[in-house]
Amino acid sequence: MNLLTGLELELQPHAVGRPALPAVAARGLALKRQGPAHAPGLAVEISGVSKAFGERQVLRDLELSIAPGEFVALVGRSGCGKSTLLRLLAGLEAPGEGRIGFGAAGAARAAHPDVRMMFQDARLLPWKRVADNIALGLDGPDVLPRAREALAQVGLADRAHDWPAVLSGGQRQRVALARALVHRPRLLLLDEPLGALDALTRIEMHALIERLWLQHGFTAVLVTHDVAEAVALADRVLLIEDQRVAFDERVPLPRPRSRGHAAFAAFEERVLRQVLRQPAAEPPPPPLPVLQLRWAV
Amino acid sequence: MSASFVSRFEPLARRLLPWALPLALAALWEISARAGWLSTRVLPEPLAVLRALGGLVRSGELWQHVSVSTWRAFTGLALGGGLGLLLGLLTGSFRGAETLLDTSLQMLRNIPALALVPLVILWFGIEESAKLFLVAVGVFFPMYLNTFHGIRSVDRGLIEMARSYGLGGWRLYSQVILPGALPSILVGLRFSLGLMWVLLIVAETVSAQAGIGYMTMNAREFLQTDVVVVGILLYAVLGKAADVAAKGLERWWLRWHPGYQGASA
Repeated sequence: MNLLTGLELELQPHAVGRPALPAVAARGLALKRQGPAHAPGLAVEISGVSKAFGERQVLRDLELSIAPGEFVALVGRSGCGKSTLLRLLAGLEAPGEGRIGFGAAGAARAAHPDVRMMFQDARLLPWKRVADNIALGLDGPDVLPRAREALAQVGLADRAHDWPAVLSGGQRQRVALARALVHRPRLLLLDEPLGALDALTRIEMHALIERLWLQHGFTAVLVTHDVAEAVALADRVLLIEDQRVAFDERVPLPRPRSRGHAAFAAFEERVLRQVLRQPAAEPPPPPLPVLQLRWAV
Repeated sequence: MSASFVSRFEPLARRLLPWALPLALAALWEISARAGWLSTRVLPEPLAVLRALGGLVRSGELWQHVSVSTWRAFTGLALGGGLGLLLGLLTGSFRGAETLLDTSLQMLRNIPALALVPLVILWFGIEESAKLFLVAVGVFFPMYLNTFHGIRSVDRGLIEMARSYGLGGWRLYSQVILPGALPSILVGLRFSLGLMWVLLIVAETVSAQAGIGYMTMNAREFLQTDVVVVGILLYAVLGKAADVAAKGLERWWLRWHPGYQGASA
């Protein structure tokens, strides 16, 4: 990286209507982009989006905007609709109502060239060697060198000729990450990509994802069950509950983040409490007149 | 006892052991033929079978019959199997084609190919085309069913992933759907190869001027049981060869698949 890219950062055109872009500001002059030809992250504007599967309403009238380059984590209980939201962003599902726009890059649609998704299972093609898996859907003369470069970025340069079947779970997800990054996405969607990995591999993957995000400057949306993961990676944590965004807060921690830090634990606790409190979400009872108090016991 | 025997001679024993039973049977056969317990009209002695084989090889008859039969078998396979593959790809890939064709094909599937022999003779006479038709009909269904099933059982998640990575049309088909269906298609091919020889035997015994079936039927007329046995053994060898070839294909095309690695032929 060089100084010029650092300066360029400040001159970027910002998304309209977002004040001060705290996500980018929080990263400060940390290395944001490398190389000349990288498009910056995509802005996401979700307005009035509803989605139902049959009778079951999953999302209702959702409003959300994500700044370019921001790292957003969606947390919530299983079945709360966070994965559906991600699939809507990927164009794998169409919203029942409302619109999902990517600024000048158009609306969400299937196979949007600026959007790539990492799935919970790596979904590597078992009949293609690792390098060919990464080259999937790429065109042009330099496909294999680009695939190799992406593989080197995730630390698996020596596995280019292996079959996916011989890789460990963590290595498969790293290949899947390389396959997403080789397309130079401006929006990377991560659907619980680390859910099936062991704790140590997860921590390694967190560092890798954070490093690549800082380096490439894409917008990232991570769906996760793991609140600690959300707090470790995201600029902003959103809780999806009852078909809408129930909680939306910035993570007030500088990067790199340390899990041992008291502020980290405190914020994690805060989010966790939000997640857990929600099912008993009856409105707090109005203060009772003294007379009725004994009946309430 | 047998455990210690196996452990001491393990490498050698493991290679020889599969052949022990056939060799013992051959020895028993030879002994009972020589002792006169077994009439040569029922079964000739193994040495006589070998002599008959030697005679057929020297006269060049064997090569002629084998080549005619092999040509028939593989032409029938190419026609029937090829059509089964194409229709399987079609019905597997397009719902419309499935709705249109699958019910009819499932009805036809339940007719044993050999039940068609009388009709086939009426339609094609006893010429070459009758034999090819029988083989082709028989191998069609295993190929069709397994191809259809293979296409339908390709992991939806992989297809979704490939689509979201911008693959569509022929690229999606050739890079994701076909390779995903390949294990099942090859199972169909192996079934077809087995059926191919069975059907050919029947077709050739109906009537022929050449071929292994003709050779054995002709030998039967002259009570040459040794030649009959040669014919039967030839079918066994050819069937096994076809199966080994199919396994070779599996091991090459499915070399990415852990289930097909290191499997012995």
